[in-house]
Formats: sequence, structure tokens, C-alpha cells
Amino acid sequence: MEKEGASVRKKRLDRGIKARADTIFAVASYGEILYLLLPRVIPVGLLLALPLILSGYWGKVLVYACMYGLLALSWDFLASCGLFSLGQALFFGIGAYIAGIMNHYFHLPPLITLPLATIGGGLISALLLSPVMRLRGVYFAMVTLMLPLLLMKGIETTGAFGGTHGLSNLSPFTHDTFATYLAVLGFLFCLFAFRRVINSDYGLVLRAIRDDDRAVMSGAINIYWRKSQALFISGAVGSFAGALMTHHYQFLGMSAFALDYSILPVAAVALGGQGSFAGAALGSMILVPLSETLRALGGLRIAIYCGILIVSIIGLPEGIFHFLERKYHQFETMSEVK
Amino acid sequence: MAGVPFLRVEHLSKQFGGVLAVHDVSFELQKGEFLGIIGPNGSGKTTLVNLITGFVRPTRGRVIFQGKDITGKMPYTIAEKGIARTFQMVRLFYNLPAYKNVIIPLCSRRVRRLRGGKYGEKDDAAIDLLDDMGFERDSFVPYKNAGSLPHGYLKRLDLARALALRPELLILDELFSGMSMSEVASTLPLIEKFNEEGITIIMIEHRLKELFRVVDRVMVLNFGEKIADGAPSEVMESKAVKSAYLGVDVEVEKA
Repeated sequence: MEKEGASVRKKRLDRGIKARADTIFAVASYGEILYLLLPRVIPVGLLLALPLILSGYWGKVLVYACMYGLLALSWDFLASCGLFSLGQALFFGIGAYIAGIMNHYFHLPPLITLPLATIGGGLISALLLSPVMRLRGVYFAMVTLMLPLLLMKGIETTGAFGGTHGLSNLSPFTHDTFATYLAVLGFLFCLFAFRRVINSDYGLVLRAIRDDDRAVMSGAINIYWRKSQALFISGAVGSFAGALMTHHYQFLGMSAFALDYSILPVAAVALGGQGSFAGAALGSMILVPLSETLRALGGLRIAIYCGILIVSIIGLPEGIFHFLERKYHQFETMSEVK
Repeated sequence: MAGVPFLRVEHLSKQFGGVLAVHDVSFELQKGEFLGIIGPNGSGKTTLVNLITGFVRPTRGRVIFQGKDITGKMPYTIAEKGIARTFQMVRLFYNLPAYKNVIIPLCSRRVRRLRGGKYGEKDDAAIDLLDDMGFERDSFVPYKNAGSLPHGYLKRLDLARALALRPELLILDELFSGMSMSEVASTLPLIEKFNEEGITIIMIEHRLKELFRVVDRVMVLNFGEKIADGAPSEVMESKAVKSAYLGVDVEVEKA
């Protein structure tokens, strides 16, 4: 690169594993197997071990991080078909309220309310948002931003389901460790399932809708039906997180529709990187503990937090995950320039 | 389906604000026909295609395909019935590899039905189709991102995407614009072959020489109205066409 030392140049090369097709790799040695496995096994192992190591406060932070992770994953899934939402709080709140209501009024145990809230929340989210599915970009985002506020104000003024006081003394999970593992496993399942789905033909159609929905329509594919399926899946994941949170805190209130649940997942995806789900997961695993660490600083916390976000978005617009992934697959050599 | 025309367009009109983009156009098309549509820029050719394929709802009139009214149906419903189209400004999935673009229509219910209830091996089917279009299967071209391909390839990729639907009616909206002479020369025989295999084709084109070589019939639009319809030689002799294209009093050289 430099003028005087022009005889040597730094070269970046891709560390190639020969790919025969998208899914078939010619893996030649244990080294290559490890090369592919380690970046998956280490984070998974760490997450599975953490509930045993952490307890009390930091155990709660882990659940919290998984919760936001689920919301970030659900955001990323919806974004993969071109629906950019600013209202993950809607999914979260709907799930929380379904679980809370089932538990408070019908005395159903968490293990029944959780699947009910997941499926019911997905259905309600898809139904609520299906009229605006045709909107694209910022218009869809605006509607999703408004809906949780609308529901929140509705609950506040009518006093329905506990109103401003919320519902308390809901049934907890039997063990704290069980709840933590439920969150961690739900998060991991979602991460790997989404990564698999998006690379299947089903995911291919979703990504194509994001690229050009008219071209997909001319391929005889009902894009609105596909989009409502994506809304259902995304809504179900968000609702699962909400329901889990309700039982974990044994409390349900209007705060389930709070703006935090809409904004923080988007910030996590912006930090980690969009489109691969691993970025969304990594982003929330960084942001949530960071925000908890900064809690001692009081009001300054938000300022520092925002500062870190801004620096990372300007410095690494592709996201931390995509940066790391690229570096992992590259190596540098010095080569002579003739 | 004897007696029922393959495609029947009745008094189709579309008004955009104060502009009549298509005005009272009617025509019939028989199965296996090869119709060319020509006309000066802004004469409503693309709007007509959009009206038939459901991307634009007509202000008045009806479109009947194989005896069924498809007026104002959603584009995917119309495509499902077997009308495929290419776009004048190619619409592709630029972030996906070229062959994945062709897989999208292969995921439709129509293709599954035509393949006997199975989707089958989609990658192979897509690459076979692209190989016919000049995307050699052993080269890197079919696997490159669509966004990195040159314009001529994009046009042919759009054509492959339309064909993947196994259409009965194929509408080509200025397929050859922006293609090189050699690309046109290699694509034209393919299109003739599809027509011989039984696909009815409507082709909108500005390259009249190439168009007249392949079509059975030409329809001319001007300011949204049909001004001529018939065999290519007759149509180009018509006064109205000469004046629309070149202004009156000019002798048209026979194409």
C-alpha cells in the first residue's frame, strides 16, 4: 500500500470451504468441521450454562435479555419480508394480556396459558395488522407504532383487565431455573428455526417479497397470504415473550405495551446486524446486560447507551455480527507485488 | 372450448386523473396466436398489459380469459390462471442469485398442480430453464446475484421467470429494449419456439423489424385507442398508422 514499501502488499482472502451447493459442503477434516461448528456450539453452550452460574439479579437479566432477543428475532423475521415494524410492543403486550387474563380470571396454570398466548397472540396480531399489510415502509411502521399506544390508552381509560393497577399475584413458574431455561431454550429454538426457514424456499419467497412484491405477484403467489403468515409467526414469538414475562414477574400491567419493547429490539438489530437473525440475537445479548450495568449511573445511563448505539451504527453500519462473520471467514497474508 | 375465444378484451378503458391512458380497446385472441402490439411512446401499451394482468384496475370494460371474467382480479389470481408477463423495467430480486429468481414462480400452486401435485426439484428445474436462456449451467452466471448481471441477462432472466410459471398466455413488454443485436438474435428463435409449442404470446415491441418477422397479427395503439389491427403488411399500409408514427405525408418504407 505505501509507496516506499511497494514490494509487499496486504491481501485479504476468503477462507474457503468448498461448497458444492447451498446445503452440501465438502468437509475434508476435523479442522474444517470444528471451523464450522465452533461459532455455533460456543454461544449455545454458554447460554445453556449461564442459568446454572447466574442467580438472583443477573439471572433475571438473562431472562430479560432472552425476552428482548425474542422480540428482536421477531422484528427481524417480519423485516425479512419487507414489513418494518416499530411496534413489537403490540405482540409483547397481546401475549402478556392473554396469559395474564387466562391466569387471573380462569386460573389456568402457566404451562397452559403460555402456548395459548403464543398461538392466540399470533392470530390476534395477524388479524389486527392484516388491514395495513398493504402499506409499505414508513406507513406500516407508523401504524404499528400507534397500535400499542392505542391499546394502552384503551385499557387506561376503560379500566379493563385491572386498568392502571394491572393484575398482580399471577402464578409463577414452579422453579426460577425452569423459567430461565424456558426463556433460553425458546430464544435458541427461535434463532435456529428462523435461520433455517429463511434459507428454505418458504423464506426465499419472503425475501423476494421484500425485494419486489409485484414480481412475486406475477409469479402467481398470494403475497398478502404470505405476509399474514409472517405476521402470525412474528406475532406468536413476540407474544410468547410477553406471556413468559407476565408469569416470571407475576404481574401484568399496561407497561407491557410500553415503547421500550418496540424500540429496544430495533436498536438490538441495528447493533447486531439485520437479516441473519444471529445479528439480532447478538445485539440483544449485548444491549440488555449493558443497559443493566449502566443502571447505577442513573439518568446518565440513557445518554451513554444512546452514545454507544450511535457510534456503533456509524462505525459498523453492517452490524457487529456481519463484521465478525466476515473477519472469521477471512485471513490476511502479505504478498509480493511485482 | 370451441366458440369461446382464448382472450377477449371488451371496451377496456383506464383513466388516470384527466388522462385516458387506454380508451375503449376491444380485441379477441385465439389460442396459439402471436399478437404484436405497437404504438408510439405513451400510447397505452404498458397500461393495457397492466390492465390484463391485474396490476391496474380498469375504469370500464372487461377482460375474459378462457371464458372466465378476470377483470379487476388480483395479479396473483390472474397469474394462477396462466397469464405470465415480463416487465418493461425489469422487476427482479436483485439480492438473490439469478436461479433463485426463477424458483419464486416454481413455489406457486399453479406449478405444483401442473407438476402433478409435487413441487419436485426446484433448483434443477430453474437451472434447466436458465440454460435454455443462455445462462450456461457450468458457468458462474446462474449463481451470481441478479443485481450484478448485465442488462441483457436481466431481460432474459425476467423472461425465464415468466416462463417458469408454465403460462398459457405470455405477455412480453418490450423484452428487446436494451438488448444487444446478438442477444435479440438468439432470443427471438426461442420465443418462436414457445409459440410453436402452444403458448399464446402478446408481444409489445419497438423493434418493428424483429417483431414483424415473428407475429401473425399486429395491433396499433395511439393515444390509448386502437387505430389498426390486422396482418403486419396491411397494418403498415394504413394511413392512420403512418400518421401516428411518422406524421402524415411521409412514405413508409416497407419493413
